[in-house]
Amino acid sequence: MQMPNARLLTLLSAIGLAFTGATAAHAEQVSVAVAANFTAPMQKIAAAFEADTGHKAELSFGATGKFYAQITNGAPFQILLSADDTTPAKLEREGKVVANSRFTYAIGTLVLWSAKEGYVDDKGAVLKTGDFKHLAIANPKLAPYGLAATQVMDKLGLAATLQPRFVQGENIAQTYQFVATGNAQLGFVALSQVMVDGRIAQGSAWQVPADLHEPIRQDAALLETGKGNAAATALMQYLKGEKARTIIKSYGYSF
Amino acid sequence: MPFSSADLAAIGLTLRLAGTTMALLLVLCTPLAWWLAHTPSRWRGPVSAVVALPLVLPPTVIGFYLLVTMGPNGPVGQFTQWLGIGTLPFTFWGLVMGSLIYSLPFAVQPLQAAFEAIGSRPLEAAATLGAGPLDRFFTVALPLARPGFITAAILSFAHTVGEFGVVLMLGGNIPGVTRVVSVQIYDHVEALEYTQAHWLAGGMVLFSFVVLLGLNLTRRRASMVS
Repeated sequence: MQMPNARLLTLLSAIGLAFTGATAAHAEQVSVAVAANFTAPMQKIAAAFEADTGHKAELSFGATGKFYAQITNGAPFQILLSADDTTPAKLEREGKVVANSRFTYAIGTLVLWSAKEGYVDDKGAVLKTGDFKHLAIANPKLAPYGLAATQVMDKLGLAATLQPRFVQGENIAQTYQFVATGNAQLGFVALSQVMVDGRIAQGSAWQVPADLHEPIRQDAALLETGKGNAAATALMQYLKGEKARTIIKSYGYSF
Repeated sequence: MPFSSADLAAIGLTLRLAGTTMALLLVLCTPLAWWLAHTPSRWRGPVSAVVALPLVLPPTVIGFYLLVTMGPNGPVGQFTQWLGIGTLPFTFWGLVMGSLIYSLPFAVQPLQAAFEAIGSRPLEAAATLGAGPLDRFFTVALPLARPGFITAAILSFAHTVGEFGVVLMLGGNIPGVTRVVSVQIYDHVEALEYTQAHWLAGGMVLFSFVVLLGLNLTRRRASMVS
């Protein structure tokens, strides 16, 4: 076969590049600060978001308290997916949030989990009867799941007996690490961390009834740095949509 | 008083941890540094490199792997359980183990440098005068290496005071047991209690400055005397 004309090739590649350039010009990036407990669902949502809209979401995971300090000191995040509802409210009072952009993207479910099969019964009785050495919770001063855990233990009247056995993780991800490595025999973690495809992937767990603690409302906020960013506005909408909510629900959150 | 009782407990715990680590390191690292300074063995290079590893690895990484190996499923954890002492994470001695690894190069390297600086002449001279190996070490090498010991002691102490990543991974933040000053400051910042954080951090900076200034002065005096 005859070699294609060099000039024709150049013309075709230029046209091809122009097309990709054209679509790339419409696809923007949004920088999102994501609470540690929402890591797994958000990764899935970001992938679906990119597939559906072409926009790219850059995710940073961590403790909500840390994000607050960084955002108030000029961090370039454009959206905050908080683990609580108080931090976005605080940021709004300080003028860092676009008006009327706050909404609850998920309500968290607390679970008492052990890496060992059959260790935690489905009524949580192990809290009263178990002779475990260490119970892991997230630092209640910093993490809403840790605060909810202390509320549960207060409601059950077990706070005094259990406190000497607490080990505190700095955030819910570290709390999970303590339990997953077996260093803490059991701990209060987020259901989303142990649930895969609608069931507890390994170990044993007690899904804590929602009436034992204040609801863990997780709020999203569009930050002032994200104003006018098409990808940011699109992502805020996407999080309220059917596809995102199905993913969120599959990780054990409610609305 | 700007420091709460929780802050004071953290300071006391930190000093205890640093003191214990420093004492243990001086005892354990002296033979190691001596060996590194004098051995012709080809293991010298690899051992030196392993000793220097904690300088390079991120402390949270060291802490994480310690958490796993000292945990009930890890080799060290299974050994300690077999000994009947349970597992080390979340205990003071678990932190000591982490600190020994974390501050190891800060004790070994000054000692090794001091031993090397002595050279072989004084030791050979002592040998010709009939001194046995232990005698040579205690009466000749040790006094000559005094500046190195002071440096190793103060650096390993100060380095352990500033330890954060390892403690964060290994400690579980238990008040009075594993909640050291660096974690306490971190907690204050995370909880937006900036005033307490400033006081504690300021105290730590002042303390470290005084310690390092003291190091400089004692070294000068020690080397002038010898």
